[in-house]
Amino acid sequence: MTDTATGGTGAASRNRDSALTRFLRATEIDSRILGMIGALVAIWVGFDIYSGMLRPSDGLFGGTFLTARNIWTLLVQTSSIAVMATGMVLVIVMRHIDLSVGSILAFVAVVIGSLQVFWLPQLGLPIGHPLIWVIALVCALALGGSIGAIHGALIAYAGIPAFIVTLGGLIFWRGASWAVIRGETVAPMDKTFKLIGGGISGTTPGSIGATASWGIAFLICAGIVAGLLYGRKQRRKFEFPLRPVWAETFLAVTGCVLVLGATYVINRYYWPTGVVNRWAEQNNVTVPEEGLDISFGYALPVLIALGVGIVMTFLATKTRFGRYIYATGGNPEAAELAGINTKRLTVWVFALMGTLAGISACISAARLDAASNALGLFDELYTIAAAVIGGTSLAGGLGTIYGAILGALVMQSLQSGMTLLNFESAYKDMVVGGVLVFAVWLDQMYRRRLK
Amino acid sequence: MTTPLVEMRDISIAFGGIKAVDHASIDLYPGEVVGLLGHNGAGKSTLIKILSGAYRRDQGEIYVDGKQVEIYNPRDAKALGIETIYQTLALADNVDAAANLYLGRELMTAYGTLDDVAMEAECRKVMGRLNPNFRRFKEPVKALSGGQRQSVAIARAIHFNARILIMDEPTAALGPAETAQVGELIKQLKAEGIGIFLISHDLHDVTDLADRVTVMKNGEIVGSAKVNEVTQDEILGMIIAGKCPPNATPGPGAVNL
Ligand SMILES: Nc1ncnc2c1ncn2[C@@H]1O[C@H](COP(=O)(O)OP(=O)(O)OP(=O)(O)O)[C@@H](O)[C@H]1O
Ligand SMILES: [Mg+2]
Repeated sequence: MTDTATGGTGAASRNRDSALTRFLRATEIDSRILGMIGALVAIWVGFDIYSGMLRPSDGLFGGTFLTARNIWTLLVQTSSIAVMATGMVLVIVMRHIDLSVGSILAFVAVVIGSLQVFWLPQLGLPIGHPLIWVIALVCALALGGSIGAIHGALIAYAGIPAFIVTLGGLIFWRGASWAVIRGETVAPMDKTFKLIGGGISGTTPGSIGATASWGIAFLICAGIVAGLLYGRKQRRKFEFPLRPVWAETFLAVTGCVLVLGATYVINRYYWPTGVVNRWAEQNNVTVPEEGLDISFGYALPVLIALGVGIVMTFLATKTRFGRYIYATGGNPEAAELAGINTKRLTVWVFALMGTLAGISACISAARLDAASNALGLFDELYTIAAAVIGGTSLAGGLGTIYGAILGALVMQSLQSGMTLLNFESAYKDMVVGGVLVFAVWLDQMYRRRLK
Repeated sequence: MTTPLVEMRDISIAFGGIKAVDHASIDLYPGEVVGLLGHNGAGKSTLIKILSGAYRRDQGEIYVDGKQVEIYNPRDAKALGIETIYQTLALADNVDAAANLYLGRELMTAYGTLDDVAMEAECRKVMGRLNPNFRRFKEPVKALSGGQRQSVAIARAIHFNARILIMDEPTAALGPAETAQVGELIKQLKAEGIGIFLISHDLHDVTDLADRVTVMKNGEIVGSAKVNEVTQDEILGMIIAGKCPPNATPGPGAVNL
């Protein structure tokens, strides 16, 4: 077996490297990702301790932040921005920007809201018909995608800068959302559609329960191990240096522990007693004295965000589409000269971004159980901030999907934490804004030191 | 006589009033190396960029194998077997050598995903032949030296069975050993029947490798000549003064004495 950590470097220079450098090189972990996870842990622990000092509770460090309930909610709140941030990464990597996603979200939401509440019932589908949520979902994706494609075509073929096109879109689609419903609020959503938001509809939860959550967790663990083994097999086939076995094992074990640990925490969040009792009544179950613990399990919006993250990572790293996006971001002229149709690529990237905004529209409207033209206000800025905090360079060519998702989680953690501590919303905004600038500054310092 | 591999007839292009190429005609036969010479800004790169699909000409016709063709973009040119090493190299700086080598023509696995490992393996082979000292396969090409980047650009042009190869100053950043290597490569490709346009400011290189030279001045063709029928001084005269010697075929840019 040929287990060498690195080619090239001699033993002498290897000894001079710090243990951390050697560890990072052997495992091929991006050190910036470690930094982000570190920041996330610091935020979580900090909020838990601080909230514990004000109001002791059953969090990991005695506060209200690191409780199963809060983590569950935090993930649900992150999902809408996380979904859009994965697309924003690709837009920014291509040296563009999309300022319109919040407005697209609102427009799609009011259209599919009206669809389920007014239009479909008028066409003969009674309220509560099982097809309604499917039609709404498909329309949301198609509508979001089409709007994105129009933006993309204006940018690519009419040559209008993305900043202008999507700034126009930001204003236009917000206005259009008002026009569709004349500024009113459409509610309530279809009872099945509502589950996409993760909340409970009657006694049906918008989450998958303990058993299915464990099932998904084990599937992901199997995926991690299979991925590592496949990579190793490929590298051996072409006789490339392999990662040391301890590093592979470390990656597999850490990945699995994180996934299983998260699932354990999520599964510790139980249905409220009222819902349990109602459910027991309907199903003729007697609730024992000490109560009945029914786990929510992973919420649907979280699973949607997870699925989107996996698909987008696959697109970005394993397909021509992704390769061309990164190459175009690195050098648009070279990509064009290499025969890449960068104009068509631009249309596709914006269409994808619009589709993701459509998905987020469903999540947001379902979670609120209502659609209004104020939905998704400022979401474009949070989405861009998530991508940038996650290491996406506005100069183009650089950025990862998982970074953007982590960025979204960092931002939502800050906001949720401050909400728990009863910060006024003005101060929350100031903190989030400051953190955005600070994070980018830190990233720049890091990159300069790397040179 | 055989039909030329490429013939560009009466080509013109202007950039906002500047006539970068002015009624230029040029041709290339299979297995032939044509050296394209001229001072800075003479229009050499612009002329060949019209052939490679980077620019749209304002006027003129292009023939490949005697048939008139339309080249609207680099894809059209590649489909005709025209490969180009650009003076600016045209590499995507943020991805690695293998990704650049296969940009636009990626190797795929049976599942329709990028086969990065196979591309890297192939890239190691190609680069091993071209530049044996090349080691940095994992880094984005931004991190490479000028000569290493040039090697990647050359590898990309020769790896896909070109019939017509355009080399715009391919050795400008290379050391003597690597330059000699590229010289050998050109001879080998020529023996395989590939036609090559070679742009260079190194007269020695051009007279060593080329069969014919064509000289441009201010966007116009001064003249063309067989390398063994003109002296180096006469070529210099064409480049500097636009003076066409008796053994050369004069073009519209020749100075009438
Ligand atoms: N994209 C462009 N836009 C405007 N002008 C251009 C462009 N490309 C070239 N030119 C002009 O066309 C003329 C010819 O340029 P070209 O690059 O073809 O010269 P060249 O012969 O390749 O010179 P060099 O030996 O310096 O590479 C120059 O005057 C240049 O300024
Ligand atoms: Mg040039």
